[in-house]
Amino acid sequence: MNTFVNRFSTNNALSVIRKAQAVVDDDEEFSDAAWGSEAGFGSLAKGVPSFSIPAVHDPTAFLRLHTDDHADPNCRIKIQHGTTTLAFRFQGGVIVAVDSRATAGSYIASGTVKKVIEINPYLLGTMAGGAADCQYWETYLGIQCRLHELRNKERISVAAASKYLSNLVYSYKGMGLSMGTMICGWDKTGPAVFYVDSDGTRLKGDLFSVGSGSTFAYGVLDQGYRWDLTDEEAQELGRRSIYAAGHRDAFSGNTCNLYHVKEDGWRFLGNYDITKMHYDGPGDVPGSAQVAYGYDVRVEGRTSSNPPAAAATA
Amino acid sequence: MEYNGGSVIAMVGKGCVAIGSDLRLGNQALTVATNFEKVFPVTDRIYIGMSGLATDVATLREQFRFRVNMYTIKEEREIEPESFAHLVSSTLYERRFGPYFIEPVMAGLWKTQAGEYKPYIAAADLIGCLNFAKDFVVAGTASEKLFGVAEGLWEPDLEPEDLFETISQTLLNGVDRDAYSGWGAVIHVILPDKVITRTLKGRMD
Repeated sequence: MNTFVNRFSTNNALSVIRKAQAVVDDDEEFSDAAWGSEAGFGSLAKGVPSFSIPAVHDPTAFLRLHTDDHADPNCRIKIQHGTTTLAFRFQGGVIVAVDSRATAGSYIASGTVKKVIEINPYLLGTMAGGAADCQYWETYLGIQCRLHELRNKERISVAAASKYLSNLVYSYKGMGLSMGTMICGWDKTGPAVFYVDSDGTRLKGDLFSVGSGSTFAYGVLDQGYRWDLTDEEAQELGRRSIYAAGHRDAFSGNTCNLYHVKEDGWRFLGNYDITKMHYDGPGDVPGSAQVAYGYDVRVEGRTSSNPPAAAATA
Repeated sequence: MEYNGGSVIAMVGKGCVAIGSDLRLGNQALTVATNFEKVFPVTDRIYIGMSGLATDVATLREQFRFRVNMYTIKEEREIEPESFAHLVSSTLYERRFGPYFIEPVMAGLWKTQAGEYKPYIAAADLIGCLNFAKDFVVAGTASEKLFGVAEGLWEPDLEPEDLFETISQTLLNGVDRDAYSGWGAVIHVILPDKVITRTLKGRMD
């Protein structure tokens, strides 16, 4: 009987403690994030991110129902999908080139997206698939890389960094994360490129391209790739490959962002308009032959329908 | 409509009309050709633009050519825009239960009793529901975007050169927000005595 009274009484010792605890719990809702000390990483207050889960019996199925745009393209939350990104390793470092288009269905939502994520001065990540997933987790990877540096008095290797990311996304497998990324950088082993995706795949390699335009980029890339490319040749190859994808793939385009990673870290080389490259070429940049990339422009007066003057008279 | 992509638009001006299309022919996301015109002459003063399934664009172009020729022979006169619009409409409705995947846009000038020419534009859905508009009509994968831009740029009584500028800017900027349309454009401005045709450079991505 006593316990029963205690449970419902409002002024005994036990309930006072209970009330105090509730107040403390309430306080914790206003974590450090409210004071702007976490740079927007609200859920990282305790070092480990945590996410609120929809209150339904199968949260994963619930999310899929509302986001999977393959089954039904209408009336759903649309996630950015179309993209072309590429990265390759060569004698002079790593070239990273990406397009800048974001589409929601057939609508071009933006033409100025930054699809290269600067994790730290020696590491770059590329973005394909869910824009938010890539941005959040690669920035989170940046935090963990910095902590590694502080703990071990040594920069993290590209292999370790990419493995950290792949293990992390694997722990969320089946929950709808969507990312296809290349982690690129320079460590004590030299230039390195790793492909990591949300299925948990992690591949080491010399040359990767990811996204809806990747096949077009691979076409140009495979044709022009050699290990002993000069810096200028390699930069031109990256630019030319993204142009090809931007031209042929409806979901890639607008501009190309080009990065070069060397021993002393990455360097941003420029932003190139794809239509401008089509009509005029990339402009006065190292490695460029100053010729327009566009097929029609390049072969003007030299095709069967528009033959050169000599052939026309013959 | 998203299988091959493409868009068309027509606008009314002062004593003139303009009609134009983009130049893309795609296979879903893959751009196959960038010289696929979707606007065709019917008479000296009537043009029809068709967006949608490319195979049906080709089929219907020939179908309309045949039917307009038959009309010309039987009536011993050229078809007028309004009659042509109804010809298009009934041709499409013939396939009510297995339609051609086409949204046509028509533009022309018709001769009044007094002998002057007045602008006429119309559009239809894929089973032939006609939409006569006083200002502009659009169709294709970029139709929503074209509506938006046209609504902002179009004004009444545009002279031929101003109409050309207006329809060009509308088409070019509209398709730049659509993944399935673009890669250049072609515009025809129809005047009583001539047609001005210009091919426009557009974004190639």
